[in-house]
Amino acid sequence: MNRYIAKGVKTVDSHYKVPGKSKWNLQEKLLLGLSPKQYLIQALRNPFNWLLAVIFAVGLPLIAIRFIFGLASVTHSSYDYPWGLFLCFGLFAMVPLSSSGFMLGTTVEIFGRHDFEPIERLALLNGLLGYLFAVVYLLVDLGQPWRLPYPMVVAYGPAAVLFLVGWHVATYLSVQVCEVSVAFFEWIGFPVGKQGVRKITLGLTVSGIILSTLHQGALGALFNYAPNKVHPLWYSSAFQWLHFFVSSIPGGLCMVIVVSTIVMKTMSWRCDDNFRNNLDKLTIGLAKGASMGLITYLAIKLMGVAHDNKWEYIATGWGAWYIFEMGIGVILPLFLFAWAIRRRQLGVIRFGALLTVFGVVLNRLNTAMITFNWKLAEREIPTWQEVIISVTLFSIYIVVWRFILYRLPILYTWKTADERATTPARGYVTGGDQVPSMAGSYRSRMEDGIIRPARQWP
Amino acid sequence: MKRRDFLKGCMACGAAATLGVSQKAWGIGSFEGYPEGMGVLVDLTRCVGCRSCEAACNKEQQLPAPDAPFDDKSVFEEKRRPTEKAYTVVNRYETGKEGGPVFRKVQCNHCNEPACLTSCFVNAYTKTKEGAVIYNSKVCVGCRNCMIACPFNVPGYSYSSALNPVVKKCIFCYDTRLKYGKPPACVEICPQQVLTFGHRNDLLKIGRDRIREKPERYVDHIYGEKEVGGTSWLYLAGVDFDKVGFDTTMGNEPIISNVKDFLGIVPMVLTIWPALFTGFHLLATKNKNHEDGHSEQEDSKP
Repeated sequence: MNRYIAKGVKTVDSHYKVPGKSKWNLQEKLLLGLSPKQYLIQALRNPFNWLLAVIFAVGLPLIAIRFIFGLASVTHSSYDYPWGLFLCFGLFAMVPLSSSGFMLGTTVEIFGRHDFEPIERLALLNGLLGYLFAVVYLLVDLGQPWRLPYPMVVAYGPAAVLFLVGWHVATYLSVQVCEVSVAFFEWIGFPVGKQGVRKITLGLTVSGIILSTLHQGALGALFNYAPNKVHPLWYSSAFQWLHFFVSSIPGGLCMVIVVSTIVMKTMSWRCDDNFRNNLDKLTIGLAKGASMGLITYLAIKLMGVAHDNKWEYIATGWGAWYIFEMGIGVILPLFLFAWAIRRRQLGVIRFGALLTVFGVVLNRLNTAMITFNWKLAEREIPTWQEVIISVTLFSIYIVVWRFILYRLPILYTWKTADERATTPARGYVTGGDQVPSMAGSYRSRMEDGIIRPARQWP
Repeated sequence: MKRRDFLKGCMACGAAATLGVSQKAWGIGSFEGYPEGMGVLVDLTRCVGCRSCEAACNKEQQLPAPDAPFDDKSVFEEKRRPTEKAYTVVNRYETGKEGGPVFRKVQCNHCNEPACLTSCFVNAYTKTKEGAVIYNSKVCVGCRNCMIACPFNVPGYSYSSALNPVVKKCIFCYDTRLKYGKPPACVEICPQQVLTFGHRNDLLKIGRDRIREKPERYVDHIYGEKEVGGTSWLYLAGVDFDKVGFDTTMGNEPIISNVKDFLGIVPMVLTIWPALFTGFHLLATKNKNHEDGHSEQEDSKP
């Protein structure tokens, strides 16, 4: 893509191919403003696509086998470990990393920190896709996935935590679709839809907080059903749901840091100045938030051990593993953040964020799989097919990520409004007296240094 | 945003959120079992490991043919658990006590407050008034939370089925026998009278009588009387229960008690959070323009 831009190819960032005159059509929008041939060439030139092709060539047939011949044909299918890699990684580890949607939504919409706006949409999309693919992993793992709507329409088990998880993830997914749809409406050119969503933004955000609190916690509370199976160091009768909820906060924030780092490295052409220039500052802001989450998490984890007086387990082999998880995934990032935020060492912050993400994933794998059934001699080892299917689903996740980021105004600002505003006749006639006031508010915030002028203002 | 719009949004989202949990408080009280519930008393001191109960179960429940015939004693080399092909298995334990090894039959214990039942989000499990914990395969989604929750590691799952995988576990022969007041197949066939079928309350009395009459023969404990809230299947043993594969660390609280704390928080979060965070919003954005949340200008444009 960089090569094309260097040659002067114009990317889609507004409805207008030529300002005020010709519009992009849908095909051009989908192809990023390239001709089909150009698009194909750039896709084939990308070595990452070839890697994906290899993964899909092996993984997709395996997924087909799973649905044609049943779970037993590809998974370990253990009776003692009914939840294998699909759920332990795909559901339990993906969901906490997706808390970014509600975290940044809260920051911007509830607390009015509009300086975080350049990264808000990325965080919302990270939340949406994380949940969406958690459900995809779930569908692959469920014995009868076509019955997934049953708890909503056919049979109710309201005393079950999973009932709550199911309802909340479904509701929250719809909330997130609404939140992200703003970007889609801009791209497709449907301002009415966008305004409709804007009107209920605060309601959506508050319900996002409620639903996130509850189902992030509920995923932890699921393990309260297995007090004798989860290792005591990863189990807390009183705080299990809080451990899951609180760890999801640094998990989600750090996931945004990781994702934003990746997009800056791999698709910088798609990021506008507003995103690019603010990213370092915002990364530090996110890291500060993550540090507070991490220190709280560390404290309540230790309280969990103290509350049930389980210190003796620390001295065992499992204890060493526990110390490893906390050391690499919580304490080390804390030190890195503390050191690097002061010195504005962004590389170190990003590395710390990666460690935090690793720590959250490891914690979920430990709770759900690695230390699960610690009293049994046999440990769960996923089959190679399970690993490949998990990798394949993750690759699909990356492809969808990339597809959306390339197109929708997530990393860049859609220019519709500006085009109109820069056309004085149109803007003043239709906008009436609102235009000057809007411009004024925009300017005042520009002067505060909150928003950098990303584009030429008349 | 107008306040009315906001309230509308909140109400809609709140209602959507509440739908899922409004009936959460159900079924989390303390439950001691149905008074007329039936049960089985298993006397481990009588079992000789003939495995005829396994064979009877296999036939009654029309399960697939076993890998090894039911008179094959080599299966005792390893500790087995109930599977999709065998709802009950007998394990052998060398305890070092005189009188040879101890055999233990494993099957669903039919808890008074079953963990599988309370963990199921489609309510596929039912504790019948006769005491059986039965399962409705018609609604099962296959999440296998019941297998996670079961403290006795009982439910199996027919992973090999592509179109209709279901949970497979002992149902106390409910459909074919218990419903009509008949004992389950394993009880009927047992040549050693290891298994006694009757009302759970009577079985507890019988168990206590046996312990009182022969204190040297029995450990003074009926396993299942109180464990995880009590089970319909009860056990007497001549050696400590933890030596013959029983988990003696799980306490007397039903599994659902561990989850009650969290379930109690759910309605509180649902009711407190909206006001709390709307309040934060109002506090945080004082003196700022509520209406103009975003840098893009088209918001208030026609």
